[in-house]
Amino acid sequence: MTWLRLAVANLGLSPLTSAVNVLLMALGTASIVLLLLAGSQLSEAMSRDARGIDLVLGSTGSPIQLVLSAVYHADVPPGNIRLEEAERWAGDPRVRTAIPLSLGDSYRGYRIVGTTADYAALYGAGLASGEFWDGALEAVAGAAVAQSAGLGLGSTFAGAHGLEEGGHSHDAHPYRVVGVLEPTGTVVDRLILTSLESVWDLHAEEASHDHAHDHDHGDEGSGEHESADEHDHDPGEEHDHGDGHDHGEEHDHGEEHDHGEGHDHGEEHDDEQLAGHDHRDADREITAMLIQYRSPMAAMTMSREVNAGGVLQAAAPAMEVSRILQLIGIGLDGLTAFSWVLILTAALSVFAALYGSLRARRGDLAILRCLGATRWELLIAILLEGLLLSALGVALGFLAGHGAMELLGGWLESTRGVTLTGWTWIPAQTLLLFTLFSVGAVAAAIPAVQAYRTDVARTLAEG
Amino acid sequence: MSDPATFAVDVTDLGFSYGDNAVVHMERCRLERGRSMAVIGPSGCGKTTFLHLLAGLIRPSRGAIRILGQDLTELKGAPLDRFRGRHIGLVFQRFHLLPALNVRENVLLAQRLAGGRIDAARVATLLEQLDLLGLEHHKPSMLSQGQAQRVAIARALVHGPELIMADEPTSALDDGHAEQALALLQASARTVDAALLVVTHDQRVRGRLDGEFEMQVPA
Repeated sequence: MTWLRLAVANLGLSPLTSAVNVLLMALGTASIVLLLLAGSQLSEAMSRDARGIDLVLGSTGSPIQLVLSAVYHADVPPGNIRLEEAERWAGDPRVRTAIPLSLGDSYRGYRIVGTTADYAALYGAGLASGEFWDGALEAVAGAAVAQSAGLGLGSTFAGAHGLEEGGHSHDAHPYRVVGVLEPTGTVVDRLILTSLESVWDLHAEEASHDHAHDHDHGDEGSGEHESADEHDHDPGEEHDHGDGHDHGEEHDHGEEHDHGEGHDHGEEHDDEQLAGHDHRDADREITAMLIQYRSPMAAMTMSREVNAGGVLQAAAPAMEVSRILQLIGIGLDGLTAFSWVLILTAALSVFAALYGSLRARRGDLAILRCLGATRWELLIAILLEGLLLSALGVALGFLAGHGAMELLGGWLESTRGVTLTGWTWIPAQTLLLFTLFSVGAVAAAIPAVQAYRTDVARTLAEG
Repeated sequence: MSDPATFAVDVTDLGFSYGDNAVVHMERCRLERGRSMAVIGPSGCGKTTFLHLLAGLIRPSRGAIRILGQDLTELKGAPLDRFRGRHIGLVFQRFHLLPALNVRENVLLAQRLAGGRIDAARVATLLEQLDLLGLEHHKPSMLSQGQAQRVAIARALVHGPELIMADEPTSALDDGHAEQALALLQASARTVDAALLVVTHDQRVRGRLDGEFEMQVPA
């Protein structure tokens, strides 16, 4: 206690230097803590959202895009696929569950997903109130959507075309909320679920209106016409859809071609889901199909078989997630390295402060020896000063890091729908705590040894 | 006087040298317990070195030093530091109060380092005796020279040492203050029944203490 008191008093002698040292340490610590918390929670959230989904079937294109759009709802889908194609794989004996998803509309930035009740079950999302949809244009709101968009049982809302806010609104066909899901901490909290049929109907209806009347999608209108024209002209050889094109000619635009990467007519109506006037099976489209295998053995073969078919793309979320995390990881690693540079700077600063103060304090150290202090006690006294500086800095840094994470988490949740919190502790932090704590001791080591070696008689003789 | 423990200081055939230069050479020097003695000599005669030898801060090249019956050459490291802290009180020309601590803490620290229990009442009594009441929470930088010296004396006395050694306690002071300081050291030593050894070149100290020892510049 004596030495601790003395160390505190000595640090108090040069408050500015001590404060700067603590601050430097706190800055470095806070950034490392923040990166650690963000990184681990992001990867945890990504794994949680992809849990139970072994394979995603979707349109050909980038597998990362397919996974981002169909699993995380964080990107636009690469395109639509024909339900019939997807169902061929859904019926495969290796498949335990197959959940279709149809994307395209949103409400206040929250995606409206045409699917089955299995989708909510996949995330263990039970109903907090109400029931699942039964009829057309009935919807079930995820917990976060219900809360922030103020949707409750019986609320009605009009979906907007497109996945971002500000699209053309389907005012004429409002959805009615018949159920609200329990919070799960997964992506489903931020989705509005409805039946596939609702999505199909809505777009069929809109499409017929669009074509009959003045179209207020802007360029999309002309885009659709163009695409329709093109399909009439070339029934199929460069499109890899096989028999779909026989029907395609009868419809005014075969939406299966919308999103194909090479089709120049596609981009204008990326988000259009389905525009058949009647829903004959061969005509129906979905955006993706989430597949759960019966046995892990299927992973070896099924994905390869789907991709070899050329019509659909199969992407394994686990693999894509690890690729994404690797990309994020590179960025985080760079930032973390920078944070360690801050820590190193703090350590050097502590070292310089202690080393510099030793000269002025040699007399004090000699007197302490005269009063009965041992060499080891002097060494500990200086180490304590270093430890105190780093402990204060680390404590402040952890507080700031967790606080910043909480603030950032709140902001990300409101703007990006990513849930991160500062009120969590991950095991790596414990190691970090001790590592950073000892930085002060390491920085103080050389000055402490100097103190240990103080030549008392000579120091006193020199006055 | 055959019992070695009757002497606070008992030095026999003491020699200390840096390389070939003899710094201290002394056949015999003794100070009885409870008595006072001035070690007087010109600058450069090795007075301060002598005091450091007696305090165990440096080791003699030859000879024996017994302090309160303990052969100092038998001790080293932490036990030597502890012995010094427990039995000896040192007062330096420059008072060397720890600037980070206030008056009371400076005195308490000496008590703690001497290995004794904290005796706040004793500290308070001592500060009162040395006319330092009201200054307990002042930092050394706020004290006058006289006040600082009194704090240094309080610090040397607080743990009840049996030997008090002072290095040039008067040389920086004018006559009045020198007189005061010396009287204070004597009185203080008497109250704790300690032997007092004053090392100085200040001729004003002559005749004031029980005994005197002349040091010569070694040949």
